[in-house]
Amino acid sequence: MNEYPKFYLFRRIVQAKLFIDEQFAGKIDLDQIADEAFFSKFHFTRLFKTVYGITPHQYLTGVRVEHAKLLLQTDIAIADVCYQVGFESTASFTTLFKKSVGTTPAAFRDHYRIRQEEISRTPLNFIPNCFAESKGWTKISNFQ
Amino acid sequence: MITKLNHVSVFVLNQNSAYEFYVNKLGFKVHTDASMGKNMRWLTVCPPEQPDLEISLMSIDEGMMFTKESAGMMRELVSKGTFGFGVFECNNLLATYEELKAKGVVFKKPPTKEFYGYEALFIDDSGNWFSLGEKKAK
Repeated sequence: MNEYPKFYLFRRIVQAKLFIDEQFAGKIDLDQIADEAFFSKFHFTRLFKTVYGITPHQYLTGVRVEHAKLLLQTDIAIADVCYQVGFESTASFTTLFKKSVGTTPAAFRDHYRIRQEEISRTPLNFIPNCFAESKGWTKISNFQ
Repeated sequence: MITKLNHVSVFVLNQNSAYEFYVNKLGFKVHTDASMGKNMRWLTVCPPEQPDLEISLMSIDEGMMFTKESAGMMRELVSKGTFGFGVFECNNLLATYEELKAKGVVFKKPPTKEFYGYEALFIDDSGNWFSLGEKKAK
């Protein structure tokens, strides 16, 4: 591993990424994130982008959207989902969510619920037959 | 003409623990999680950038697929680290290694320079091992 170039830098960038992963729901900014990695803001942004291909801010937005997708799979009100993952307004949440996922949070929730209902009603439609047969599930009539 | 692989099985000792490992540690996405009756579950996950490859986390249980004897043998082989199921790719090997290590993933081999590039080996919560390599620049 010591042949790998500048491994100590990677460790600090990863530390900052994990900080975002843990603190995304709060009001965190680039200064705090760069501090976690002991870098200047400029140097940190450049290194983060080199490692992950996106800026720390883009990554933070992505983490918030991914967590919003998980919360939208529950019964939590959409406005509450927005604030629980760290967005400050429902308008910016909806815009960023749609840009990232391709649908609005409400449409995402509807699609998820419809799919879950289909899975629980006819699970065999979601399982390749060879696997279902090997498990003996095709003989259970209420799965079809 | 075969064009794609869309399902692959990884045999695991415990699906709940495998869910924790593949979803919460590796960051894979749940594709389908369906209850198939008492103590039976169809659980598939996908690497984040490969939503059309479902990795089926198959529990090794006595039943249609395994006899009691073969299930026991299979569980022993898996837990001994007999099987290597594939090669995963990431954008930056050292960053991914550091992150997964921080999350408690056990590595059999840290990022090491081989003649074909850098490679690391990690094991899942059951004992299956995987190679981890870095996406090559085009």
